[in-house]
Amino acid sequence: MRAFRVLSRNIRDSFKSVFRNFSLSLASISCIAITLIVVAVAIILTYNVNNFATLVEKDVTIVAFLDVDITEEETKMVEEEIKKLDNIENYVYRSKTDITEEMMDSSDIFGSIMSEWKEEENPLQATFQVKVIDIDTIGDIANQIKGINHVDVVKYGEGMVEQLVSVFDSIKNVSLIVVIALILVTAFLISNTIKITIFSRRREIEIMRLVGASNINIKIPFILEGLVLGIIGSILPVVITIYGYVAIYNKFGGKLFTQIIQLIKPEPFIYLVAIALVTIGMIVGMFGSWRAVKKHLKI
Amino acid sequence: MNLIRMKGVNKQYKNGVTAIYDLDLTIEKGDFVFIIGSTGCGKSTLIKMLYREEKPTSGKIIVGGLDVAKLRNGKVYKLRRKLGVVFQDFKLLSKLTVYENVAFALEVFGLPKSEIHEKVLKVLDLVGLKNKAKHYPTELSGGEQQRVAIARAIVNGPKLLICDEPTGNLDEATSMEIMKVLEEINKLGTTIIMVTHDTNIVSLMKKRVILLDAGRILKDYEKGTYTHEGI
Ligand SMILES: Nc1ncnc2c1ncn2[C@@H]1O[C@H](COP(=O)(O)OP(=O)(O)O)[C@@H](O)[C@H]1O
Ligand SMILES: [Mg+2]
Repeated sequence: MRAFRVLSRNIRDSFKSVFRNFSLSLASISCIAITLIVVAVAIILTYNVNNFATLVEKDVTIVAFLDVDITEEETKMVEEEIKKLDNIENYVYRSKTDITEEMMDSSDIFGSIMSEWKEEENPLQATFQVKVIDIDTIGDIANQIKGINHVDVVKYGEGMVEQLVSVFDSIKNVSLIVVIALILVTAFLISNTIKITIFSRRREIEIMRLVGASNINIKIPFILEGLVLGIIGSILPVVITIYGYVAIYNKFGGKLFTQIIQLIKPEPFIYLVAIALVTIGMIVGMFGSWRAVKKHLKI
Repeated sequence: MNLIRMKGVNKQYKNGVTAIYDLDLTIEKGDFVFIIGSTGCGKSTLIKMLYREEKPTSGKIIVGGLDVAKLRNGKVYKLRRKLGVVFQDFKLLSKLTVYENVAFALEVFGLPKSEIHEKVLKVLDLVGLKNKAKHYPTELSGGEQQRVAIARAIVNGPKLLICDEPTGNLDEATSMEIMKVLEEINKLGTTIIMVTHDTNIVSLMKKRVILLDAGRILKDYEKGTYTHEGI
């Protein structure tokens, strides 16, 4: 009960102190807010990239077009070669006839034209559709397939997916560096704010010591002040994250750029991100104030 | 029983100045003791060691059963809760009222509001400031401010009250008012140690007087034996 009263008094004092030095607090709060917005972007990007990378990986197929005049034996040889490849999940052979029938089914116009074709005239190529296990290896495997005799061309989404993944990966890496730098700056700023609070309350601290407040009791209000700064600083980023992500998700109908890039559903994702932001804000705030207290509140 | 026991106490500051030399002193519970001496003779240093603002370089200091010389920084508050300290410059918080200044000393322990209220009013009554509870320190005279500081020092009911030149900033009449308050507190059972260089007060009060000179006890006058001389 007694500890509770002391704590509630300390929390009240921390809020008071934040508003007493408001211009100073505002600098820290803005810095936390900016940091956390970048953190939010980084988290959202990372999870979405990981998400669509896994989605894409599930459906990544290399299509190998065989020579038009390939024989049945030669096709067997190509198949043997494909079987030998590492890192492939499965493959499907589709003969000229399969493809022709499929196309004729899909459209009446195709149907009427194609029905006239003789076997030798058919310009379509038989294909092997090879699914790879890991998207990172898709380029290699495509090259290997291309090197097989009687394989004419190889296609696999023209590298778009790979490029996208690598672009998002580099954004992820850059934002990680930016986040670390921002966190350091923020911690420093908070530490400085608390330092000034400590100096402006020297007299109070002196009297607290004199009348027998324990060291923890003297230090806690300052640590709490950092915590309060962190919490206040995370309000705006949380609001932006929740409303911003939902808006983007709705605008693009959950898809970005192409059909294959599926955004993560907002719920509960945004709430988890919000919790992460508040937690990071609190930790950075406490870390900054803890440093200031350690350095400037020698008792 | 002795409230304070100092044995072979030396204090050398980091800059090399030795303020106290091989000092022995005992003070009984309930006593009223003056410490006098010229400026720089070590009076403040002596009492600072009692409330553990300074650590002795060597020697033994026991205050109210606590081994002060060995007290770790983290445990100093235990000592501070057993005593009150009053200074020449009052050390009040100007943003707080008289009531809040006194209550401050109890709030840091987390006493319930009702208990704080009761204790603060009682002690403000004792120092004659009950009617000024809602005033701010700047609205008070020097003597009144010092009485607020005394109230804050004793609100916790300490066994020992240490005063470092509490009348140093006050005129003679006001000083005597403060002395009356201190005498009252002493009568209620609190041991008082008061540093001063006002020999008039010391003569009038007829208490035990310790005369310091260059960090040593030059003379220890028994109760009522001090007369105007010496400094
Ligand atoms: N914090 C300190 N650091 C170094 N020397 C000090 C300090 N405080 C006091 N002294 C020195 O110790 C001696 C005694 O000082 P003090 O106890 O304040 O004397 P008094 O209170 O009797 O005037 C003086 O020479 C003073 O300069
Ligand atoms: Mg002095």
